[in-house]
Amino acid sequence: MNSLVAGISTLSLARWQFAVTTVFHFLFVPLTIGLGLLVAVLQTAAYRTKDLAYDRMTKFFGKLFLVNFAIGVVTGIVQEFQFGMDWSRYSVFVGNIFGAPLAIEGLLAFFMESTFLGIWIFGRGRVSARIHLLSIWMASIGTILSAAFIVAANSWMQHPVGYTIDPKTHQAVMTNFWAVMTNSTFIAAYGHVLASAFLTGAVFMLAIAAWHLRKGHDLAGFAKAARIAIVVTVLAAVATMFLGDSQAKQMTRQQPMKMAAAEALYNTSSGASFSLLTIGDLSGNAVFQIRLPHLLSVLATNSWNGKVEGINQLQKQYEKQYGPGSYVPMIWLTYWSFRIMVGLGIALFALGGIALWLVRKRRLEKSPRFLRFATWMVLAPFLANSFGWIFTEIGRQPWVVYGLLKTSHAVTPISPGYVATSLIGFTAIYSLLAVVEIGLMLRIAKVPPAIETPEEAERAPELIY
Amino acid sequence: MLAIQQLSPSGLDQLWFYLIGVLWLGYFFLEGFDFGVGTLLPFVSRDDIDRRVVINTIGPVWDGNEVWLLTAGGATFAAFPQWYATVFSGFYLALFVILAALIFRGMAFEFRHRRDDPGWVRWWDRALFWGSALPALLWGVAFADFVHGVPIGANYTWTGTFFDLVKPYALLGGLSTLLLFTLHGATYLGLKSDGDVRVRAQAMATRLAPLTFVVVTAFLAWTYQTAHTNHRVGLVPPLLPIVGLLALAAVGWLARDLLEGWAFIATAVVIVAFFATLLLNLYPNVLVSSLGSQYNLTIAAAASHRYTLEVMSWVALAFTPFVLLYQSWTYWIFKKRVSRPGTEPVTESSPSRA
Repeated sequence: MNSLVAGISTLSLARWQFAVTTVFHFLFVPLTIGLGLLVAVLQTAAYRTKDLAYDRMTKFFGKLFLVNFAIGVVTGIVQEFQFGMDWSRYSVFVGNIFGAPLAIEGLLAFFMESTFLGIWIFGRGRVSARIHLLSIWMASIGTILSAAFIVAANSWMQHPVGYTIDPKTHQAVMTNFWAVMTNSTFIAAYGHVLASAFLTGAVFMLAIAAWHLRKGHDLAGFAKAARIAIVVTVLAAVATMFLGDSQAKQMTRQQPMKMAAAEALYNTSSGASFSLLTIGDLSGNAVFQIRLPHLLSVLATNSWNGKVEGINQLQKQYEKQYGPGSYVPMIWLTYWSFRIMVGLGIALFALGGIALWLVRKRRLEKSPRFLRFATWMVLAPFLANSFGWIFTEIGRQPWVVYGLLKTSHAVTPISPGYVATSLIGFTAIYSLLAVVEIGLMLRIAKVPPAIETPEEAERAPELIY
Repeated sequence: MLAIQQLSPSGLDQLWFYLIGVLWLGYFFLEGFDFGVGTLLPFVSRDDIDRRVVINTIGPVWDGNEVWLLTAGGATFAAFPQWYATVFSGFYLALFVILAALIFRGMAFEFRHRRDDPGWVRWWDRALFWGSALPALLWGVAFADFVHGVPIGANYTWTGTFFDLVKPYALLGGLSTLLLFTLHGATYLGLKSDGDVRVRAQAMATRLAPLTFVVVTAFLAWTYQTAHTNHRVGLVPPLLPIVGLLALAAVGWLARDLLEGWAFIATAVVIVAFFATLLLNLYPNVLVSSLGSQYNLTIAAAASHRYTLEVMSWVALAFTPFVLLYQSWTYWIFKKRVSRPGTEPVTESSPSRA
């Protein structure tokens, strides 16, 4: 009994630790991917046009990129090791398959981004302008590759393919690496993750450029940055929505319970409506609801009267398939995280659309209220990214590997004291980091770039760090 | 192509044991001097500009060096899931301290110079020092524990507590790596900095070398003694620790004579020989149980299936050359010594008498 109690609390502590460290880590990752690409684009423009305004913007956003990159790197180390620390039974079960993309990520992506970023940070004025430009592109490609391997690993947890279960060791064993790397779930998720990362970078750049445009700082530079950011915002928002939509249809087929929980749809229905929001509880006793007819069926199945399976029917089916137990994830969390993600995505598309319209009317710089709004919208992509992953991961519960391993069977059998210690430790450290990071980002973001002569712009400072 | 497939399954397991060993050796060789430079930061600089010189010697390369750890971790996860699972859950609190240290240390590089406030700078200097010294100590503790045995029982489950990790032998191992990495950092600084920092680093290397020699010799003797009583002597060629100790004996002399390139090569040889001795001592296990040899985790028991190892072998074969190439290239790009602004660097960092 005692050990049972201990087991349960180790599980919930370990889950909290994973949630805290992963959500925190993933605040920085999409910005690294998105802003990395945008800085590379800015530097390419500077290289091609010799326009110092682009050069100033490269340096200005480059600084923010580096500060953000650093915190993404250090919190990423924790990600790689905590599987073994807190989820040792998971690690043994999946290592044959899940470990491979992780190792390959290190070899192919991490080496590339860190090495070339070193050249980029220290290389200005020491390597040729072309090599310097090449180094930021290589670093950016490294971050994009890195996302591929980790999303492939996660997609295997969502939809296991290319494996068999070893009857002796009860481990999942890889039988087809190509299948793992071309998992349909991975293809869909990778596009969505990348598009939302570019969206994050673009909205971040737009928000800061908008602040400086409103203050009248370096109008030549920030107007250019804002234009690039606006175009990328619109494109990336459209891509994020379309790819997210196709991902939702795939999810309905592969993990129907997740979709049912996302809508709090208790009973299977055809031509199902979508509730925009619910006040009251989600188990059918809503006080107030706005419903859009047929929308859920269209979202989930692409047809007006498509059948969407309900929680109750799925629960019965899974009990038959996997044995007794609850197969229903936390409904309120899946329901609301899904809505927050989708709602913010649409809001960002609107932001990009309005901004594009203002640019075409040549009124962007003269619209202080919009610029202020654009600056505040910087929070939206970060929230959307976090809730998107919370939805994906919570919606898969009680499974850690869908249909194969339950989260409760994945945790390390150790005393909760250890996990509590590191949970408190990581939470304290990450809170401190958050304060320091946001403070430094704001400080750097508010200082307008110095206007330099071409000679000054070329020169490298003698000591960089 | 055929070479990989013709290996028996146990041959493939062994290959990956050695490859992961190489990743760890690479990690300790490279991040070893990063740790050393961080640990020496307060001792070889008189003012902030000195400290910046010190930090800039590893500025462009530290992050790439740390990726060796991530790759070693990922490769262990993929090739030996049970090893990864038992070690990281068993060494729980020690690993937490290492991770926390690496977090603050990594941030210090990018954050320290972003504000002029002396309090801010001092804070990150401390982060750099502790963030370097603590892992330098704890990695030695951990590797000594692998060899000496830790309480793992049935199903390779950890049955001990934190205090099972900090036995005298392991602490001596930790002290050895702390001193070794610091010495390695001193020879690196001698090679990569100029001016006063270079002089102080050289003096540091000369002073640290005898102490390091005594501690490391004691640790290796103890290691030999343990292996001997457990009948595990054989795989480690005696040449390996002996070459390591000879190189270590030479460091002080080389540093004193300002043969900086040779001194650095010597500390590198010591580190490689030191960790190779420990890893080979483990063979054919990856973890030794202190509860009885029937609980030892062997290479064969920990290894992934053949297919996974084959895939990983191909990927490693295809991409490692590129990684080595561009990583070496960065060292070549930044080969100039770092000196205080306004003073022209006297020499390029080549092994020559100054």
